[in-house]
Amino acid sequence: MSAPASDVDSAPSRAGVEVRLQSLRREYGAVVALDGFDLTMKPGELVALLGPSGCGKTTTLRLLAGLEDADSGTIVVDNRDITRLPASKRDMGMVFQAYSLFPHMTVRQNVAFGLRLRHMDKAVRDNRAMEMLDLVGLSAQGDRYAHQISGGQQQRVALARALAIEPQVLLLDEPLSALDAKVRAQLRDQIRRIQLEVGITTLFVTHDQEEALAIADRVGVMREGRLEQLGPPTDVYARPATSFVAEFVGLTNRLAGEVHAGVLTVRGSRLPLVDPTTREGSVTALVRPEAVTLASDSSDESGPLVGTVIATTFLGATSRVTVDLGDTTILAQLTTSDASALPAGSRVTLVIRPDPVLVAADPVAPSV
Amino acid sequence: MVAVTPVSGVGVALGTPQPRGSMRGRRQRRLNIFRWVVFTVATLFFMVPLLAMVKFSFQGVLPGSYSFAAWTQIGSSPDLVDAIEITLELTLITTAVVLMLLVPTMIWVRLRVHWLSRTVEFLCLLPLTIPAIVLVVGLAPIYRSVRQHISLSPLQLFWAYAILALPYAYRALSAGLETIDVPTLSEAARSLGASWFTVIMRIVAPNMWQAMLNAAVLTISLVLGEFTIASILLYTNLQVELYDISRATENASVLFSTSSAALLFTFLLLFIISTVGRRRGRQRR
Repeated sequence: MSAPASDVDSAPSRAGVEVRLQSLRREYGAVVALDGFDLTMKPGELVALLGPSGCGKTTTLRLLAGLEDADSGTIVVDNRDITRLPASKRDMGMVFQAYSLFPHMTVRQNVAFGLRLRHMDKAVRDNRAMEMLDLVGLSAQGDRYAHQISGGQQQRVALARALAIEPQVLLLDEPLSALDAKVRAQLRDQIRRIQLEVGITTLFVTHDQEEALAIADRVGVMREGRLEQLGPPTDVYARPATSFVAEFVGLTNRLAGEVHAGVLTVRGSRLPLVDPTTREGSVTALVRPEAVTLASDSSDESGPLVGTVIATTFLGATSRVTVDLGDTTILAQLTTSDASALPAGSRVTLVIRPDPVLVAADPVAPSV
Repeated sequence: MVAVTPVSGVGVALGTPQPRGSMRGRRQRRLNIFRWVVFTVATLFFMVPLLAMVKFSFQGVLPGSYSFAAWTQIGSSPDLVDAIEITLELTLITTAVVLMLLVPTMIWVRLRVHWLSRTVEFLCLLPLTIPAIVLVVGLAPIYRSVRQHISLSPLQLFWAYAILALPYAYRALSAGLETIDVPTLSEAARSLGASWFTVIMRIVAPNMWQAMLNAAVLTISLVLGEFTIASILLYTNLQVELYDISRATENASVLFSTSSAALLFTFLLLFIISTVGRRRGRQRR
């Protein structure tokens, strides 16, 4: 799967460019897909847009590609306003969710197609096409047609084809969603490796949070046509800006709590707040399962953090344990060896790690 | 006998395991017999009149005798070669016009003005609902008025033939378009720098090769067999010429030999076109 280092070295290196999307708005009839969307991508950066269906992430990518027109707003690439430029003149490489290789062309012809449109000599474009196929580890498949190679290989050829024209920006529209889990993980790593080697500014659209967190320099979480949060994956996960982000990225326990004097109290545990200016009173605290640890409890005493294990979900190296606290249930993520010591029916005591906790804006709804 | 039959019947009713293979085998045999019966009946239905036609074309003057006279008489007609030439030219022109009109239009509608697709479909299928005789009633005054000013060669029949061929060509092309992800392919090509013209000519159209071949075969077979419009508009094409030959001779067998010749000619042409097309398609695959 992985190409040798020498192949990577032969990739056309190009300094990334800055991309600015300013106040983009796009409506489809009564539906507002983008509502004053702003995003600045640094040169050579990979930004992943993450969000639920209909949040506007694909629309953003299509506006940047020129496949659709914005109702208002500006798109600036490398300090050049390209808002009204047609797709064919934007100098963007794109990989689509659906397999998009031209069926009547061989793999090599597919990769060389963009170069042919640029009137490059046949020898030059054949060489470039082979370099790109080397880059994605498919140089042996050059004479095959799309239907003769697997889905993962087709997407790698599509990536080679997009990079062959040395675009200013690389756009990836859920390119891995049609692939099985193993191929997806491999290709995800390969995309990231090539992106870093080529140094191209890349916008990656996905609904898979794991994919976004694994691959991106920065992750943008979108909701209803706007960016809820844009930041490094660790920030988005550990310090979500809003309750929507907290709940969309990763699993979250929703627990009733009380804010007093800048400190949150949840079931007797005092926890710091992400936002110290949170108003006082009853709130819903959003607590990550990995912030919850469990200890076996042999006493018959009851308490706000004493409960019974009702289910364990094996996830490989870790396991997710569901604990019934009487008035609510709570998820804890433990190592599998720890979780195996707590079978269903075990009485346990919970400890909530004092990580900064976010508070949901909506009323208390004690559910997971 | 009486005792044995119910026992066997009860066994089956109670679900005594039957060899699944034998049940499936019986069903398969019945299905095969049914298929052969349908195939034989259909073959007889189509082939008997054709074979009878061929047999009558070899009928001699005396009862029970056979002769090639009816076939040699076709070749003796000086206008026949001209009629064949005109018909072949008409097939070429009509096919080219229909494909050049429909292929870019249908791709454009699919890509850019999808809301027009129902209207285009309606317009293309409309000639199906109009009988050729009715169509010619409308076309005749137009041809007549143009002829008053300039002479029109029989090749001008392609206007009418293109209209007649629209529904068949549209259906064939539409089926071909359905098999391609036109929006994604065109967007991929656009992002690589292709103009709309390039998208249509170099990306979508080459992937419609089989559909275009089907549309061409349907159009050609329609033009080769067309009689009504050419005859009423007083043009001579292959079918009109064959009809004239059969009318001009006292040998009734000529009627059958000309019809057989026309049929053979059409079969041969379509066989060549589809064979060449399939071979090219296979090479691409």
